[in-house]
Amino acid sequence: MDKPLTQNFRPDRDFATLADYEASGGYRGLRKALEIQPQEVQQQVKDAGLRGRGGSGFLTGLKWNFVPMGKDAPQPKYLVVNADEMEPGTFKDRMLLEKDPHQLLEGAVIAAYAIQAKIAYIFLRGEYRLAASRLRRALQEARQHGYLGKHILGSDFSLEMHLHSSAGRYICGEETALLNALEGKRANPRVKPPYPHVSGLWGKPTVVNNVETLCNVPHILHYGIEWYRGLGRREDKGTKLFGASGRVNRPGLWELPMGTPIREIFEEHAGGMQDGYRLRGFLPGGASTEFLLPEHLDVAMDFDAVAKAGSRLGTGAMIVLDDRVCPVKMVLNLEEFFSQESCGWCTPCRDGLPWTVTLLRDIVAGHGRREDLDTLSGLTRMLGPGNTFCALAPGAMEPLQSALKFFRADFERYLEDGGKT
Amino acid sequence: MAEQHPGAIIETLSAAEIAAIRETAARYEDKAAAAIEALQIVQQQRGWVSDACLAAAAEVLQITPAQLDAVATFYNLIYRQPVGKRVIHYCNSVTCWMLGADNIREHLCRRLGVRPGEMTTDGEYTLLPIVCLGACDHAPVIMVEDVTFLDVDERAIDAILRGE
Repeated sequence: MDKPLTQNFRPDRDFATLADYEASGGYRGLRKALEIQPQEVQQQVKDAGLRGRGGSGFLTGLKWNFVPMGKDAPQPKYLVVNADEMEPGTFKDRMLLEKDPHQLLEGAVIAAYAIQAKIAYIFLRGEYRLAASRLRRALQEARQHGYLGKHILGSDFSLEMHLHSSAGRYICGEETALLNALEGKRANPRVKPPYPHVSGLWGKPTVVNNVETLCNVPHILHYGIEWYRGLGRREDKGTKLFGASGRVNRPGLWELPMGTPIREIFEEHAGGMQDGYRLRGFLPGGASTEFLLPEHLDVAMDFDAVAKAGSRLGTGAMIVLDDRVCPVKMVLNLEEFFSQESCGWCTPCRDGLPWTVTLLRDIVAGHGRREDLDTLSGLTRMLGPGNTFCALAPGAMEPLQSALKFFRADFERYLEDGGKT
Repeated sequence: MAEQHPGAIIETLSAAEIAAIRETAARYEDKAAAAIEALQIVQQQRGWVSDACLAAAAEVLQITPAQLDAVATFYNLIYRQPVGKRVIHYCNSVTCWMLGADNIREHLCRRLGVRPGEMTTDGEYTLLPIVCLGACDHAPVIMVEDVTFLDVDERAIDAILRGE
């Protein structure tokens, strides 16, 4: 099986029911997990090489390893599923939630067992109403069939799992902001350290994992480490949901091996550019990644290769810039998003993003000044890594900084003649 | 305790709303965690969250109205002003924008006779922007109440407004 995450996605049915999921081997990974020690589950996921699919690329098993274990560990511990997918251009978690909700639940139960959490929350973005109804149904079925609740599958392990529907705010996807949101506070990020695995929800050890990350876990337990490692094409292991949107022939989502070349995703799966459009560049992993150019099409989609090319794998959702879209206006649209969604907690982000938007609007309106480009470059440093509580502002600067480098002539044309040519 | 002596403020909410908020609050170590869900429960019944309802929900959760309003005003999907019977959200994030979100917005404005953020005079619709709805392979998209409509164009919008 080379497409474990999407094996139950079928054109002839809306979603996989519990029976469908069980028939495809569902909940067997959980049975296997419950037969071994929690630490062994952590070790298997670590050895499999699964890296966080929310964009961080951190080794999932290692994250679990950091959680205090044993009798003296603070109680209760929590597992939180980050289903607050809101990165523009990204639509992978929605598909996983809508089409195979039990896969996520199984992954979450195994993760909770691995860290010995007693309570789990699924933090779902408010707009995902269809996903909410399917998750509610799946949670009820899982409880009825002994996959959730007291003494799961007759073991000593018990877990409560609740669905928390949020109400729409990008920052909630940041794991410490998510914890504040879940506690009923404004979703401002927290200073780290302490990290959530030591002091998370209500000060208790908490692991926050992305939906796609957790969906990998049942298969690792069920089919084994060697099988999982064999799925990747290069350094990174397993498969990944890759997406493409924009003026391509077949926008969509495909489960492919980690390390698949961008060209293969773009040409074979997305079908290349629509007639009359040329590829100018693309954001490889969602709105908060650096632009890459057609010359980068042979880069492999894994964490290190994309980083080496000067961008980030991010969410693996490719946003395609065609030759009829002005890159300056595209960056303006992105910065308007980040500016609106800044939580306002720290100054560089709260003040720097609106300033960025103002400068870009001026340039696009034809009354930009030459020094504005230097100011924008300065902002990419001021809002860059190390100056803010979280990654929102540094992420916002990635498309801007790369656009200033790759599409400088487009910026300058506005300064010369107001963009009339 | 509030349970034994329901005050005047709390009675702004129906018994069903109060029960639903309490049931949700029981899932958390701290009742305050149900803040956003309490606001959603109220909004589902009434369309929006008035000052009086906000104060009542705060009382159920035993937090201050200011604390709850700080949460309410943080989120895109909690309405602190009256909205139309149906709220239309059009996505204006990057992929939808590249594929014509501005035209979608202008068509909606023309058809409804409002600007973004406004309610139609008959109280039927409110038009609001929204960030990426996670359906970029089917851009442009809009969300009407709970339903996301994919690959919309002017014709599709006209059909949606006719209730087709």
